[in-house]
Amino acid sequence: MSKHFLKPYLDYAATTPLDPQVFEAMKPFFHEKFGNPASLHWAGQEAAQAMATARNTLAQAINTSPEELTFTSSATESNNLALKGLVWANKSKRNKIIVSAVEHDCVLNTAKWLAMQGIMVEYLQVNQYGEVDLEKLKTQLDKETLLVSVIHANNEIGTIQPIKKIAELCHQVGAYLHIDVSQTFGKIALDVQKLGVDLLTTSAHKIYGPKGIAFLYHKKGVKLSPLLHGGGQELNLRSSTSNVPGIVGFAKAIEIALENQEQEANRLKKLRDYLENGILSSIKNSYLNGHPTNRLYNISNIRFDFIEGEALVMSLSQKGVAASTGSACSSPKLEPSHVLLATGLKPAQAHGSLRLSVGRWTTQDEVEYALGTIQEVVKNLRKISPFKK
Amino acid sequence: MSYSQLVIDHFNNPLNQGQIKNPDGVGEVGNLTCGDVMKIYIKIEKDAEGDEIISQIKFETFGCVAAIASSSMITELAKGQKLSKAMEIQNEDVMDQLGDLPQPKIHCSVLAADALAEAIYDHLFKTKQEIPEKLQKRHQHIMRVQAAFEEI
Repeated sequence: MSKHFLKPYLDYAATTPLDPQVFEAMKPFFHEKFGNPASLHWAGQEAAQAMATARNTLAQAINTSPEELTFTSSATESNNLALKGLVWANKSKRNKIIVSAVEHDCVLNTAKWLAMQGIMVEYLQVNQYGEVDLEKLKTQLDKETLLVSVIHANNEIGTIQPIKKIAELCHQVGAYLHIDVSQTFGKIALDVQKLGVDLLTTSAHKIYGPKGIAFLYHKKGVKLSPLLHGGGQELNLRSSTSNVPGIVGFAKAIEIALENQEQEANRLKKLRDYLENGILSSIKNSYLNGHPTNRLYNISNIRFDFIEGEALVMSLSQKGVAASTGSACSSPKLEPSHVLLATGLKPAQAHGSLRLSVGRWTTQDEVEYALGTIQEVVKNLRKISPFKK
Repeated sequence: MSYSQLVIDHFNNPLNQGQIKNPDGVGEVGNLTCGDVMKIYIKIEKDAEGDEIISQIKFETFGCVAAIASSSMITELAKGQKLSKAMEIQNEDVMDQLGDLPQPKIHCSVLAADALAEAIYDHLFKTKQEIPEKLQKRHQHIMRVQAAFEEI
């Protein structure tokens, strides 16, 4: 096949295609085994059995017990349940939460909403690499702090946070720690006992599972109020008819991810590094955003002087390369990425950033083609720019 | 959010992109905080009736797809026009010609119209010609907006 026809998808951090094995595992639960797991009859019990097995697999993946997982529809819902649910259930006790400045919008906007309800919200600052400031956290934590929420690896720059240390600091003052592992689940080893976290959010569609299914881990003893009231599914914490095909698919996805974790990590890191080093060494005035080493192996965030991210993403897409921008110009809000600004970048620098993320079906041919295309497109856009040298 | 095919076509193959050496007027608007900066260069000649026309026009833009497409379109609209007519070109004209722009990108067409107005203002100012009141007001407004952004 000529390289001209390659269409490299380098946006695995946004979402992933379903693994064909996952699709196979899900199929029976649309037609033959369609039952509602809440029903007592054979059809219901068949579904209930499959759901229990899947819950077990997912619980084992983070070294916990099945009753500590609540299935939800998305990481957004899990994050909402973690923050709002915890605050509502513990309102009379503590009144302050701390969220890192590099959280996903679904945590930041939930925190903003809680602030409007009278909860005190503080932001935990990060350094130039996007790592949270532990010394600062020490000064922020107090007996009023109910919860700290930190993203395990940031979705834009991939920087990994020192979760174990954060957990220790939180527990010293009796605060809970919630982490969002949407980007890391299945990619790096996760053990809630070892990490010492109290709540954990994850999602299936980032690991070749289906969209629309996720879970929230909540340690035994952590009280939560539900967001959805109804039939009392998920031990009353999340009413809604269970998404059985999704849950089965999620379990299959984590099974595959854990089986090949090390092998896939090595392969993807090589591809990512090839692309990243190729860009940084061949394109003048290009720089890495995020931590050079303490970073998720499939994400690369690079900024280019003199050009704007959305134009870059669109030009790349025209030539078959799917990537995304650190600039939020692609979404209805026009402010640059809050993550990049939190690392100290100026708005103009943040606007010219590109996120590349590799995954299970990325090939060497694809990254080579992408590298050549990025070189060409950056050159063309710089030609149009008034800031070129 | 998505762009019309015409917007994408102008983005892919922008018309009138580049610089003019010794331009008769230059307009630069926008700011890096918002992620869009446009620069328009014009060259002026007189037509058979003795009126000033834009004989050449070029742009350079740092910005998104809509910013580059708007720059391409406004320079195309202004090329060859009498100055008196070119200074009447509004962002709505750019939008109409492009088909449309997504709502959050309308400001890109405003920037393009402003850059053109500023280039014309620059030429009239430098050649000590009388500046129509409307253009004078527009210039002052653009300057105020620029100053406000620089304070951020």
